[in-house]
Amino acid sequence: MSEITSPTKQPPSIKISSGELYQRWRLVKDALARYGVVVGGLGVIVAIVLIFFYLLYVVYPLFISATAQPVSEYAVPEQALGNTLLLEMEEQNEVGARFTDSGHVVFFEVASGKTLLTQAVAIPEGAHITSFAQGSPINEGAVIYGLSDGRAVVVKHQYKVTYPDNVRVITPSLKYPLGEQPLVMDESGAALEKIAVKAGNDATTIVVKTADTPQGAGKIRLVNFQKEQSLFAEEAALTRTDSIFEQPAANIADILIDKEESNLYLISNDGQMGFFDISDKNSPAIRQQQNVVSAGQKITSVAFLNGDLSLMIGDSSGLVSQWSMVKDKLNRPAMQKIRSFKVSDKAVVAINAEQRRKGFMTTDADGIVGIYHSTAEREMVKERISGALPTAAVLSPRANAMLVQSADGKMHFWHIDNEHPEVSIRSLWQQVWYESYPKPDYIWQSSSANNDFEPKYSLTPLVFGTLKAAFYAMLVAIPLALMGAIYTAYFMAPKMRQYVKPSIEIMGALPTVILGFLAGLWLAPFMEEHLSGLFAMLMIIPVGVMLFAFAWQFIPKPIAHRLSEGWDAALLVPVILLSGWFAFKVSVPLETFLFHGTLRDWFKAEFGIGYDQRNALVVGVAMGFAVIPTIFSIAEDAIFSVPKHLTVGSLALGATPWQTMIRVVLLTASPGIFSAIMIGFGRAVGETMIVLMATGNTPVMDLSVFQGMRTLAANIAVEMPESEVGSTHYRVLFLAALVLFMFTFVFNTLAEVIRQRLREKYSSL
Amino acid sequence: MIRIKAWFKSGAPWVWLNAAAVSTCLIMVVGVLGLIVVRGAGHFWPAPVVQFSYQEPDGQTRTIIGEHVDTSITPAAMAKSSGHIMADDEDTLVQYLVKTGNRDITGTDFRWILERNIKQQQSPAELMVVERREWGNFYGQLVAVKESGKVIAEGEQAGPVAQARINEALAVFDEIAHLEKKEVGGINYKLDQLRLEQKGLQLKNRWDAAAEQRISVEKAELEIEYKKYQAQLLELYKQIRRDSLVAKTESGQEVEVPLAKVVRVYWPNTMSMFDKIGHYGVKVVEFLTDDPREANTEGGIFPAIFGTVMMVLMMSVIVTPFGVIAAVYLREYAKQGFITRLIRIAVNNLAGVPSIVYGVFGLGFFVYILGGNIDQLFYPEAAPAPVYGTPGLLWASITLALLTLPVVIVSTEEGLARIPRSIREGSLALGATKLETLWLTVLPMASPAMMTGLILAVARAAGEVAPLMLVGVVKLAPTLPLDGNYPFLHLDRKFMHLGFHIYDVGFQSPNVEAARPLVYATSLLLVLVIVGLNLSAILIRNHLREKYRALEG
Repeated sequence: MSEITSPTKQPPSIKISSGELYQRWRLVKDALARYGVVVGGLGVIVAIVLIFFYLLYVVYPLFISATAQPVSEYAVPEQALGNTLLLEMEEQNEVGARFTDSGHVVFFEVASGKTLLTQAVAIPEGAHITSFAQGSPINEGAVIYGLSDGRAVVVKHQYKVTYPDNVRVITPSLKYPLGEQPLVMDESGAALEKIAVKAGNDATTIVVKTADTPQGAGKIRLVNFQKEQSLFAEEAALTRTDSIFEQPAANIADILIDKEESNLYLISNDGQMGFFDISDKNSPAIRQQQNVVSAGQKITSVAFLNGDLSLMIGDSSGLVSQWSMVKDKLNRPAMQKIRSFKVSDKAVVAINAEQRRKGFMTTDADGIVGIYHSTAEREMVKERISGALPTAAVLSPRANAMLVQSADGKMHFWHIDNEHPEVSIRSLWQQVWYESYPKPDYIWQSSSANNDFEPKYSLTPLVFGTLKAAFYAMLVAIPLALMGAIYTAYFMAPKMRQYVKPSIEIMGALPTVILGFLAGLWLAPFMEEHLSGLFAMLMIIPVGVMLFAFAWQFIPKPIAHRLSEGWDAALLVPVILLSGWFAFKVSVPLETFLFHGTLRDWFKAEFGIGYDQRNALVVGVAMGFAVIPTIFSIAEDAIFSVPKHLTVGSLALGATPWQTMIRVVLLTASPGIFSAIMIGFGRAVGETMIVLMATGNTPVMDLSVFQGMRTLAANIAVEMPESEVGSTHYRVLFLAALVLFMFTFVFNTLAEVIRQRLREKYSSL
Repeated sequence: MIRIKAWFKSGAPWVWLNAAAVSTCLIMVVGVLGLIVVRGAGHFWPAPVVQFSYQEPDGQTRTIIGEHVDTSITPAAMAKSSGHIMADDEDTLVQYLVKTGNRDITGTDFRWILERNIKQQQSPAELMVVERREWGNFYGQLVAVKESGKVIAEGEQAGPVAQARINEALAVFDEIAHLEKKEVGGINYKLDQLRLEQKGLQLKNRWDAAAEQRISVEKAELEIEYKKYQAQLLELYKQIRRDSLVAKTESGQEVEVPLAKVVRVYWPNTMSMFDKIGHYGVKVVEFLTDDPREANTEGGIFPAIFGTVMMVLMMSVIVTPFGVIAAVYLREYAKQGFITRLIRIAVNNLAGVPSIVYGVFGLGFFVYILGGNIDQLFYPEAAPAPVYGTPGLLWASITLALLTLPVVIVSTEEGLARIPRSIREGSLALGATKLETLWLTVLPMASPAMMTGLILAVARAAGEVAPLMLVGVVKLAPTLPLDGNYPFLHLDRKFMHLGFHIYDVGFQSPNVEAARPLVYATSLLLVLVIVGLNLSAILIRNHLREKYRALEG
């Protein structure tokens, strides 16, 4: 454009336009940098918020309730083959099995109801099925049929998974673990009215209740088969043991055998439970006979919780109570009611336990299905499956699906989304009565070798341990750090201060792993050996310091002034070393004289306080060491920056330096000191390596100085690497991290706000 | 009495008590540093080997050979309570901890002996120490040197011959290590890369005859190379297994020690001062440059040093720009007000959040979410083995960068605050834009402050262990994160770290007693590094303060 209008000005205009471009480029750069920097600056906030929300995001699924959705509904497969005795579903939720009262097993596709295979169980001619029981859940899959001629058949259903062409194919089959020949339970041929079986690897125990016959009343019989693996024979030989119970069998409605095959429970119609010890198969012994439902109610359903340590007993009032074996005062095992669930107003007609967790499913007489978790005492799902009453129901082994048959001949297949039933506010923070524990307690025990273990996720002992460790650390750190800060900021010679401050900074920079290592491997054994010396030191050093200070007055003034003006701390170093040495020297004879032995033994004998080598005292000293610099430098800063005219004014009015310190300086600096303590406390709470190395890491709740603890941070460090991603344990550990985060967040924010206020105050003074 | 009252009233005693607190802190710092220095540095000094004639509790007299490591003096009362029988006139029970070595023969390396039961104690010149790659040290007398089972030197000549043979064996050992690690390791790495390439091509449906041809040719070439090295290794192994030492233990039993397992032999009781200093130097060099042996309880810590340095470098690269930008925003761009207060609170919280929480966050967010997605997008061929979806160097560095961010911010901000306004105003008045002012005058002036911040951040990162346990540190990494295989820097690899090494060897080791000196030595190294870094940061900072004080005045 400029070419046309003013061709003469061409060269300068080019110059200007390139200059303009450059100018514009400069401004663009400037603006870009501005945005970049703003984004970077705000990124800090983003980072902290991201940490918080990420932790929350991982923790959140713990607290959402479970859901159940219907997937499909179809007519009961092969209905002509009889009523359903038992429904089963295998691991992958693909193949279901229906055991009918005509002795057939119908395997069908769970999703569509298409029959895959129908097999008849080998029931001998002339006999019919009089009783039926499930021996163990699907992974072993044993069921037993009691027959009208006093014999029984044990059948296992198995599912073989193969991958032809990378497609999963599940093939069901039946197997007879004790032979296809029926086992004779009762020689007289009385019908087996009730039956129960537990089929283990080496032993199988069957308990039956026979029907009354003209020859006599029905009895309870126990038969045990022990597999004897001989060296030479291919087939294992079975050794049979028989015994007959003396107790009357009339009312028995349910028989349960635990998986160890050493405890037997007989449930009778009138609400009685008999608890028998059958570890000696020749002579079963009764341990307990008790009424387990309230008066007027009847037991309507019974099932073992996973692990066979607890019985879930449902009654006609809709109450499900958990009875678990607890050692009584005389150390005898006895069944005790540890909690109960009000499931419905109608009778509980069926209880199905989850196979991997301590959850269970109930079906009531109204046709409402509920899923609960025992430890967490949570109701996860409560749904009406169909208009008609449910007649059979099963939870899948992974508890992520259920199959319910209703009275109108329909089969309902539902998906369940129930990932983390173990956790509730109650199970995290309150006392929980765990199976086999004598009383409700706070316990952290997240994993164990066996898979029917009840995880105990109580954060209380960990929080307790954290606070305990922090408390002892602060007990050591606060006096030393604050007194040191007061002296350094106000009394110390500037020259000395120049060296003291960096030394304390170095102290703060020492890696905690080194402090932890020294605490665990050097301090802990040292303290164990010289406990009395340590206590003596606590008393003797202050006295020594005081004596020296008192004596110092008598030193001729000129010398004293030359030496001590602000250098008292340096003078005291040899004094403290000497009195410390003296304390250790004198402690041994003193100990012998006062306690007639060692201090540790005396504590044990007098107060019953045991001594752990790695205890709270060691942690207190080591973590105190780590926290001192934090508190020291913030407090020193606050005291040092108290405006000079305040102190000068006070001194001019005739106050002594110490009075000025206490009445003026400390008062003005108190918010700063407070925030120093808070930040120090936050640091002590989150410290990991020292506690990890200097305590035994046992999650006990014990206030004693001589006992260890486990803190939240150490717990995360110990357990996080081996927790499965996405599992409840993993999320609970994240919750522990979130708790730590929140804790320190509150403390740090408060401290920072106080400090900001203080800074404003100082600047206005 | 009145005097005491007046004295208390003056407040002087309280001032003294406060001074005592400072002294106590100083004593604690110096004490801890001194303890680490003494224990850590003393480890490499060749201790004399002592021969005790010791009366066992059952009355028999035995010979015990070993290094006197520690002495414990227990008061009579405590000794009694722990089950020792004490005579009435005994005040204390003195016990020696003796490192007897020979774990393969006796089952333990250490034993406590009672001083009162020692009949005789001497240090004969012929006692030797054999450092081995297995079973810890051997203490005993050299009897003979064998070559392929035949004795070639005995008695007096055995010593020099053994020394010569060991040097030969060590040379062979080095060659084997080089071949196995460098050459064979390289071939294995390339083979693995080929396998991944093949899988990747198959996944992308580009696996055709040409590719198959190319990869199989490359594979065959590598195989041939591998066979060649295999043959060489076989020969070398034969060579190194040829010689052995015959030695007599404390009980007089003669044992054979194969030279393939020997690191060094020395006769500490005959060493002169210079020999000892030389030995000390060699041991220190070994400690700094060698790989660990025997479950990390012996040998060097080179991989841990290397891993720490790599991690810290990576972290510095990440943390410096972010920290500086945030500080520049706070000081130069933001209006002081609500937002800056919020940011300061955030910075303080970042500094105050427990380090283990960073570890948890790093593991969950960086490793599983970011890493998991990177694997899905870029490394589908490696599945199900994770590449970045597992703890490693990159994630550890990023996590620690986040952890040390506040250190850099605070320090840089302090530096920026110290630069007088007049300098900025001068620059702006001359027509520079804000960015130019910043880039050409302010930041260069603040660079020592940034340096301070970075040094402090490095010191913090070098000593931090808790988060690293979750995001990438392992007790023994088979390969370094930097090696001769393309792409040379392997950010996905796990690494070793000095701090974690201390924790692991000190607390997870099966033989804590034997490992302890090494832990002290490692601690010493770590402390030296960190104290050195901190001191230099403090010096730079003080220097800077002086400089700006002059500028302002």
